[in-house]
Amino acid sequence: MLQDKDRIFQNLYGYGDWGLAGAKKRGAWDNTKGLIEKGKDWIISEMKASGLRGRGGAGFPTGLKWSFMPKPDPARPSYLVVNADESEPGTCKDREILRNDPHLLVEGCLVAGFAMGASAAYIYVRGEFIWERERLQAAVDQAYDAKLIGKDNVHGYPFDVIVHHGAGAYICGEETALLESLEGKKGMPRLKPPFPANMGLYGCPTTVNNVESIAVAPTILRRSAAWFASFGAKNNAGTKLFSISGHVNKPCNVEEAMSIPFRELIDKHAGGVRGGWDNLLAVIPGGSSVRCVPAHQIIDTPMDFDSLSALKSGLGTAAVIVMDKSTDIIRAIARLSHFYKHESCGQCTPCREGTGWMYRIMQRMVEGRAQKSEIDLLFDVSKQIEGHTICALGDAAAWPIQGLINHFRPVIEARIDSYTARADKDAVKVAAQ
Amino acid sequence: MAKIIVDGIEVDVPAEYTLLQAAETAGKEIPRFCFHERLSVAGNCRMCLVEVKGGPPKPTASCAMSVKDLRPGPNGEPPEMFTNSPMVKKAREGVMEFLLINHPLDCPICDQGGECDLQDQALAFGRDRSRYTENKNAVENKYIGPLVKTEMTRCIQCTRCVRFTAEICGTSDMGNIGRGEDSEITTYLQSAMRSELQGNVTDLCPVGALLPRPQNFRARPWEYTKTPGVDVSDALGANIRIDTRGREVIRILPRINDAVNEEWISDKARQSVDGLKLQRLDRPYLRENGRLRPASWSEAFGAIAAKVQATSPDKTGFIGGDLSSVEDLFAAKALADKLGVKNIDARQDGAKLDPKNGRASYLFNASVEGIDAADALLIIGSNPRWESPVLNARIRRRWRAGDFHIAVIGEPHDLTYPYEHLGAGPDALAKVARGEGFGEVLAKAERPLILVGAGALAREDGAAIAALAAKLAVKGDWNGYSVLHTAASRVGALDIGFVPGEGGLTAAAMAKAGALDLLFLVGADEINVEPGAFVVYVGTHGDRGAHRADVILPGAAYTEKSGLYVNTEGRVQLTDRAGFPPGDAREDWAVFRALSAVLGKTLPFDSLAQLRALLNKAVPHMAQIDEIEKADAGALTKLPAGALSGAAFVSPITDFYLTNPIARASKVMAECSALAKGALKQAAE
Repeated sequence: MLQDKDRIFQNLYGYGDWGLAGAKKRGAWDNTKGLIEKGKDWIISEMKASGLRGRGGAGFPTGLKWSFMPKPDPARPSYLVVNADESEPGTCKDREILRNDPHLLVEGCLVAGFAMGASAAYIYVRGEFIWERERLQAAVDQAYDAKLIGKDNVHGYPFDVIVHHGAGAYICGEETALLESLEGKKGMPRLKPPFPANMGLYGCPTTVNNVESIAVAPTILRRSAAWFASFGAKNNAGTKLFSISGHVNKPCNVEEAMSIPFRELIDKHAGGVRGGWDNLLAVIPGGSSVRCVPAHQIIDTPMDFDSLSALKSGLGTAAVIVMDKSTDIIRAIARLSHFYKHESCGQCTPCREGTGWMYRIMQRMVEGRAQKSEIDLLFDVSKQIEGHTICALGDAAAWPIQGLINHFRPVIEARIDSYTARADKDAVKVAAQ
Repeated sequence: MAKIIVDGIEVDVPAEYTLLQAAETAGKEIPRFCFHERLSVAGNCRMCLVEVKGGPPKPTASCAMSVKDLRPGPNGEPPEMFTNSPMVKKAREGVMEFLLINHPLDCPICDQGGECDLQDQALAFGRDRSRYTENKNAVENKYIGPLVKTEMTRCIQCTRCVRFTAEICGTSDMGNIGRGEDSEITTYLQSAMRSELQGNVTDLCPVGALLPRPQNFRARPWEYTKTPGVDVSDALGANIRIDTRGREVIRILPRINDAVNEEWISDKARQSVDGLKLQRLDRPYLRENGRLRPASWSEAFGAIAAKVQATSPDKTGFIGGDLSSVEDLFAAKALADKLGVKNIDARQDGAKLDPKNGRASYLFNASVEGIDAADALLIIGSNPRWESPVLNARIRRRWRAGDFHIAVIGEPHDLTYPYEHLGAGPDALAKVARGEGFGEVLAKAERPLILVGAGALAREDGAAIAALAAKLAVKGDWNGYSVLHTAASRVGALDIGFVPGEGGLTAAAMAKAGALDLLFLVGADEINVEPGAFVVYVGTHGDRGAHRADVILPGAAYTEKSGLYVNTEGRVQLTDRAGFPPGDAREDWAVFRALSAVLGKTLPFDSLAQLRALLNKAVPHMAQIDEIEKADAGALTKLPAGALSGAAFVSPITDFYLTNPIARASKVMAECSALAKGALKQAAE
């Protein structure tokens, strides 16, 4: 179990002061100037050495991403954009950072922005996060007042941090849709290439990072890459915020070392599964858009990128949704499929048309009002969406359903059978109406 | 250049080519809906997915990926793509199925049927049956103007129309509202589109969602006889295809000509077709006791002959019309020459243009394609948006490419691109000519384009303004002095010298009361002939000229004759005959030929071929179809300077939709005109 001294987010639960004084007491803004004086190359190589993988879901190495930024060009400024549009069902880790440890994020913006030569950081906050935006803005204002950031700050690197409030669309968490939205356009993903590192915000080189990826950076640099890399399995280094929700006794957010076995994570922090381990049905380990994993597969799996990928699922945002045997798994996935239908931006064909189709079949599957052959149809439709869209929302819509069919096909078939067995009665009822 | 292997065929293409273009170079067809050569890449229909070797294990949108974005193989071999692998086939079938699940099965009653991209591609790349058993989505219809009928349930959200109005039209009329499967294409609050090019969205729409409203349920695409023609509604000479069913012209579509109109035409060119059968003159008329009565050709010729005998040549005149072909004017001029008449003129608006100043003095010398190369633009006394919307779109495109300074002297209209307004009249031009203000920009420019409109030339000091403007335009090999005419016949008329002979009167002088005793109007409807003269009108429509006429000889409209038109840049273009003139009407050249025989001055040609032979002898470049005979820029330096007045430049076009007799007869154009005026009123309120 991760010791308290090794937790980066010391104020995750908001017991201490979120403000500048409290943050400084916990170690934030400590010798930031020293970090900056060590230079860009040092920061990027430290980040690479730490093995930090992006915390937004895709798990791309953060240091490597920063190194993609082109050389600074006076005619074309670079930007850091922080994705605080946390909307993935089940995920609530960035929310706690914005609420309770905003200064780690602000400091991270400065350090990361310096490392990539950015002139400003834009923090795009989810539309529904009203209070969190106010808190973050207050923290940014404090940092400006204390001359920690801004035009002539004590760190000697002029840098602005702008908090932008979104309007509440899931798709704006996709990095290029986020940039579109930030530019004032409709939040629709862009085609890649060109990648944001070449043509991002306002056509300038841009790096988009998750809140957690940025917020952990200063601490990693202060405590050394080796310290961070000492946690977790190979290629899955560091500590990670887990959002545990669903049928556990004590749902919580917790910072833990990567690669902690699922059973240990739940027992230590969430008070165990409701009704005991035998009552566990399935787990969605990384937020709504990864495939669910049945109980027997996940119980002893280390919670990290590679182990969960091996189960054809993913760590995603580490939003662990635990479902016990009282769950109607078909209905649960149907609800997710409604979410993706509702949040599809409508730009490209497979997602626009396919999410609605899948949702409608899923609705019938919940009742069992379907043919068994439609299970294969549904799987095929999800395969036609996956990989054919501009952004990953199509994949995200397809995966939960694929996970359901892969692991719970007998449940769906039983549901259909039971509906068919009742069909006579239902038919009479319909005729009588 | 970059190498790429397409289905095993190695091709060498420019590195910035997209995979789709590379595949086309290799002769491989890739289906597409959202991609259009002249619009930005949207990449949203996903129909053009292809497999790329070495890339991620998923198909790639070939319209959006460039060849240079692909990585070469491990040993430096060229990147490889497949357009017909199982993965691609499956992806296409999937996308096609998604497009069809919410597309209505109303092909039998859809006007697009037969020229529908979705139909064709579903046949070629789709599955053979539907697996969709849910209810289809329906979308409410939208009103987006009098020219475009919508059936939005059919829309596949390719956003071509959205990109067209935003990029080409510059009006951003259309947009996408809602999201996911609820997204709909519409105009803001269902207001009418405001562009003069809006009709082109019906060509762009790959399905039957946007259809030309006037042609609603009129014919099937395979029923049309298709004739290549040239548009005469403005001086650009847009290339068109005239679609007829039986005798009737049903619709007009653009033909692709990158040097002239690319693939756009204005709404007036497209939708004034109903004017071709309304108000038509289908038999000769004679005025008796102040009233026109139907007459036979021999009666009409007899009346004219009697008048010609009784009138001396210096009291006789010919005015050429704006829509006349070169042959018509050539025949009229030949007759005038035979009669010894010096009073001939085709410049109804009084433009101070004269062929004796050299051909460069009245051509759009920079050429339409030259707009793309220009690096600064000065518009003098013109509203190109109304005088030639397609040309204006080209200017807009040049502006979008960046680094293009535009200034306007004249009325400050919304031209769909920003410009610097230097002033209203010649004072501002004089300032530029002195090198002040915008003059510095022009001085620095290597290829300045000076666009001179009729608003600057059709006035007393027109010649002086032309001389002043011409000084700014010539730099080395570049001749940027560009006259934007408003009449399709104008350059042709000037080329054949349809201007007053020695001591002859100009059109304006001829129209004055008492100036002439006998006046032939060769389709001239834009001039007010004062009472007095005996007027013979040869033309197509019961318009201004016919109302004033004493004898009416019915002629052929531009779709009903084979004829040459020379566009504003001096490009000679040939239009074919798509149909016959109504009733007893005849082609104008034949009318003059017949009349000449009655007058005993028989013209030396019996067929159009013979006429053309004579024409080519007199004006050799008329034989070079689709070519521009470059004019000598040296003539521009000799333009006579003169005094300038202080009056502001005013474009002669006050209503874009009603500039010629065909458009004025068109109900569709009347509706557009009323709507445009209403919009203006609304804006002023």
